[in-house]
Amino acid sequence: MVIEYPLMSQLEILRILREAKLEPLETVPVDSPLLSPVGLFHVKELGGYIMVRAANMKLTVEKATGMIVNVSGGGCPDVPYLAQELVGKTLKDAPQPLDLGHTLCGYALQLAYEEAMRLCSQ
Amino acid sequence: MLAVVGTVPEPSLPVLEGKATMEGDAIVIDGKRLRVGRGTTALLAAAIQVAILLDQPLPHAYLAGDIGTGEGSLKLYAYLTEKLGQGNFRTIAFHYILPDVDWHNRVLLALDAMEPRPLLIADAGWMYVAKMSGQAPSYDLFTPDAGELAFLADEKAPHPFYTRGFLLKEENRVPELIERAYRNEDASRCMLVKGTRDFVATKQGIFATINGPTVEAMEAIGGTGDTLSGMAAALVASGRDLLDAAQIAARANRVAGVLTRATPATQIHEIIGNLPRALEQVLGLSR
Repeated sequence: MVIEYPLMSQLEILRILREAKLEPLETVPVDSPLLSPVGLFHVKELGGYIMVRAANMKLTVEKATGMIVNVSGGGCPDVPYLAQELVGKTLKDAPQPLDLGHTLCGYALQLAYEEAMRLCSQ
Repeated sequence: MLAVVGTVPEPSLPVLEGKATMEGDAIVIDGKRLRVGRGTTALLAAAIQVAILLDQPLPHAYLAGDIGTGEGSLKLYAYLTEKLGQGNFRTIAFHYILPDVDWHNRVLLALDAMEPRPLLIADAGWMYVAKMSGQAPSYDLFTPDAGELAFLADEKAPHPFYTRGFLLKEENRVPELIERAYRNEDASRCMLVKGTRDFVATKQGIFATINGPTVEAMEAIGGTGDTLSGMAAALVASGRDLLDAAQIAARANRVAGVLTRATPATQIHEIIGNLPRALEQVLGLSR
């Protein structure tokens, strides 16, 4: 089965499908089916902090505590909301962007969050 | 006068229009208080600070609550098509919004009917939708960061999330990506690319590079791009030339970071308090 949905709302659509226990085999933009989500991360050490960038989203974490100290970048309306909900909490205690976000910016932030988790658990 | 358009993360907020003032760490519009955080409120706060410092009219805001569902964004687009043309604005800064090509184009038609046509500045979601709709050259200033510039330079990407890897690989390719964005007609008349080095560019090439003062932590702080766009917009609205305004804003934002002694954990409201002093330094003003 193929489901067509507004690209911007990808994160919300994937969440709805996941709740219905439907995992898509593949998700692609209709106009450019060969494009794939960002897979490159830029990681910058800033003293006692680590900043992870995925596409247009940046997540900064205090290395010693795992505290999310800043969320920057992005342009969709869930970004300021996600920043409000994540900043000041540790990676472990913060809600995942996947659970609160709706858009592709939220999705990019989720990838940055997962990469930060991976780096901080090393 | 400057108008500022964008969403704020308050789901129950209907479309709100009016003169924006500041009281403490809140923006006040038509009696409604909005705490300043990263996003459109940071842009507005910076614009208000510049307006007060330069003795200019306070910005006029068009806001709506949206946490990503798009409901507030759609209401705002619809409101703008009806009301924006009634204003008398020299400059309009567009900011956070859920990209919707059809609604964007309707708003652009309303803008095209304005006489004289205001200068148009776009950042965040509005910059994305301007590029997605193929209307980037209709805008006078975009303020992308490195990741967003790669998106502008990628003629195939429908959103920064789908920017192709070869364009995202290295951060020191900014001049090449600027050139590529202009070649594809996915750039505004002038661009202010924010990053470790800020670049002011036009179709003719890089006009200026701003290297200092350097505060590495600024890139991590959510809202520093918003204050940069807000200052540039307010300076343009005050009559400054676009290229001049972009450079002044870039320098003042950096100086504000120094004055704040910013760390990666600094929050944007701490920097906003230092913007007037920073701008005074850059413009050589004395109180």
